[in-house]
Amino acid sequence: MSDVPLLRVSALSKFYGSRIGCENVSFDLWPGEVLAVVGESGSGKTTLLNCLSTRLLPSSGTASYRMRDGQFRELYRMSEAERRFLMRTDWGFVHQNPADGLRMTVSAGANVGERLMAVGDRHYGKIRATAVDWLSRVEIDEDRIDDEPRAFSGGMRQRLQIARNLVTGPRLVFMDEPTGGLDVSVQARLLDLLRGLVTDLGLAAIVVTHDLAVARLLSQRMMVMKDGRVVESGLTDRVLDDPRAPYTQLLVSSILQV
Amino acid sequence: MATPLVVSDVAKSFTMHLRDGIRLPVVAGVSFSIRSGECAVLGGPSGAGKSSILKMLYGNYAVDAGQIIVQHEDGLIDLATASPRMVLAVRRLTIGYVSQFLRTVPRVSALDVVAEPLVERGEDPDVARNKARALLAQLNLPEKLWMLPPATFSGGEQQRVNIARGFITEHPILLLDEPTASLDASNRDVVIALIAAKKAAGVALLGIFHDHDVREAVADRVIDVTAFAAGKIAA
Amino acid sequence: MTAQPTDIATYNFAYLDEQTKRMIRRAILKGIAIPGYQVPFASREMPMPYGWGTGGVQVTASIIGPDDVLKVIDQGADDTTNAVSIRAFFKKVANVAVTTETAKATIIQTRHRIPEHPLTSGQVLVYQVPIPEPLRFLEPRETETRKMHALEEYGLMHVKLYEDIARHGRIATTYAYPVKVEGRYVMDPSPTPKFDNPKMHRSPALQLFGAGREKRIYALPPFTDVVSLDFEDHPFEVQTFDQPCALCAAENVYLDEVILDDHGDHMFVCSDTDHCEKRREQGRRGDLAPETMEPTQ
Repeated sequence: MSDVPLLRVSALSKFYGSRIGCENVSFDLWPGEVLAVVGESGSGKTTLLNCLSTRLLPSSGTASYRMRDGQFRELYRMSEAERRFLMRTDWGFVHQNPADGLRMTVSAGANVGERLMAVGDRHYGKIRATAVDWLSRVEIDEDRIDDEPRAFSGGMRQRLQIARNLVTGPRLVFMDEPTGGLDVSVQARLLDLLRGLVTDLGLAAIVVTHDLAVARLLSQRMMVMKDGRVVESGLTDRVLDDPRAPYTQLLVSSILQV
Repeated sequence: MATPLVVSDVAKSFTMHLRDGIRLPVVAGVSFSIRSGECAVLGGPSGAGKSSILKMLYGNYAVDAGQIIVQHEDGLIDLATASPRMVLAVRRLTIGYVSQFLRTVPRVSALDVVAEPLVERGEDPDVARNKARALLAQLNLPEKLWMLPPATFSGGEQQRVNIARGFITEHPILLLDEPTASLDASNRDVVIALIAAKKAAGVALLGIFHDHDVREAVADRVIDVTAFAAGKIAA
Repeated sequence: MTAQPTDIATYNFAYLDEQTKRMIRRAILKGIAIPGYQVPFASREMPMPYGWGTGGVQVTASIIGPDDVLKVIDQGADDTTNAVSIRAFFKKVANVAVTTETAKATIIQTRHRIPEHPLTSGQVLVYQVPIPEPLRFLEPRETETRKMHALEEYGLMHVKLYEDIARHGRIATTYAYPVKVEGRYVMDPSPTPKFDNPKMHRSPALQLFGAGREKRIYALPPFTDVVSLDFEDHPFEVQTFDQPCALCAAENVYLDEVILDDHGDHMFVCSDTDHCEKRREQGRRGDLAPETMEPTQ
């Protein structure tokens, strides 16, 4: 167990004019830890995710990331080139809509291989072998490797997006409603797959979801957001089984029992 | 004799914000300790707060006041104030928990559900699975079920998977929340034997057993939870 | 009034006004200073439609002087409409000498070929470019492609080549084959056949690229490294032809297919008409060459 966090976030705020995106969010994330950020639409969870993944610059606050050389770097002081390099090597971003994270008009194999080629792999045979391996890990048949994701079902597209993100062995993955918009049975399969991959690869992940069941299954820790602020945080099962904040109690009591 | 778990003056209440913020006191002044190699049983009627105490000891419920001191690795940890990360470490290495209900994960086989806590502690997956097989066999779970996800199992079958999962590790502290509730007599005996083995191995056990026979068989002493009724102190 | 009647009296020299030429020259100089980098410029309306070489014509107009000798080719041919029109245009607006001979030209404006005759120091090759952005087909956002160039993020270029191999078993891109310039910028060499890519590498001539509709100019100064992108296990290769030119028997040149009749009979002949004629003048004959040399136009 590492005693040094992977990501340190301190007093992060993002304002859109006078409107609050997220305000004063602080936490540490350790390697191998999955943090769920829950809340309803407009609670600021996606703004927070976009700030953390440097897709959006915060209005104030800091986030430092421990690079592979062990040095902490201040994310918002890095050059764009460094941030983008980080984004396609050491990080992953799984979008709710796979079309936002995939190239829909190139083959599944090339979607998986792109990051490898971006970091300088120039051997077609090896790139393809790696793509085959990753497709099988996300349960996509090898004979679909040359098909475009346009021809894939929603669940397959999402699994392909995950493979595309994980192929460079990232240490931190951001996920925005990774199971949103999928059928329940497809969701279950995807969740199980994600859970296995996260455990096997020792990934740290920040998962934004409004689905408390997803949070319970994937995450060890949880932050509940409302109106841009964190209203409760802690161990996932503690927050769900013994919710303390009024809003968390409302969320938990709103879950439909099957 | 080592005392790996000391609970002192712990209090717990629920504030129901959706019901005008009414406060439901559960327990207060909870104080006891468990020694290695003994099995203590929480006693008292339903609603006295037995389960809540167990959940606080596992970090599953927050604690209003007091301390829960646990011998974790080479130091002492107060679980009542420990960080989530520390609670996870304590769960992985120090405190095991057998709940009443199995929280199943889609598509994971019963065997892997049982083996998982060992693998999490760094055990070789094959070794862990062998140990899981032995436990499932001991608990008379039909072998044809081992490779199936337990979601569709009967209550008794799920309970046995849950017990195997809880007993497979060598946590020095083990919490048992009615592990025998839906078992038949012969399987109850297996659980009694498992608990005896844990005691012999020096594990500190704390449990809730509604089944009188099981309680008689395993309990070294009974901690009367009614003594901690929150109303008494509040009154 | 006794002024001599002259064709160019009504035009500024080489059609464009001097301020425009200065602006384009600045863009060209910047392009030369940063080989392979696409320099934006304020492309002018020209008396021809976009797609007919407005970019190349503006570059040529900005660098041409009264002593220059101009050659214009279209797909290697000096005698097609586009080539003839542009040659006539400069003859009229700049009163310059024109030629079809590669070796005699000081400026060669080209659409989609590099002449077979090796270029020499002091010559300028001006390419007409339809789409200057090699990343365009994979990433439609101009803001994003400019950023990718700036940050040297070229993984996408290999995605295109990967797709070729996955679909066709080999890199099937045969023209507009992407190159890396001086180890830095990835550049579209305009829709020349990849056969011509090696000719760009360390060429002693100055190579200028003008895209009129897209308003971009880029350049390769003489002796610039130009490397075609490829994979280790699928290296770059140029096209080869089974037969020599049917007219001049030339080998190792780029051939065009010419349909001879309504029965589908065809022959392969040099795409570079000047090269082919020179060889036939020297008495070299291909299988389908006529008995006597036809007079050239």
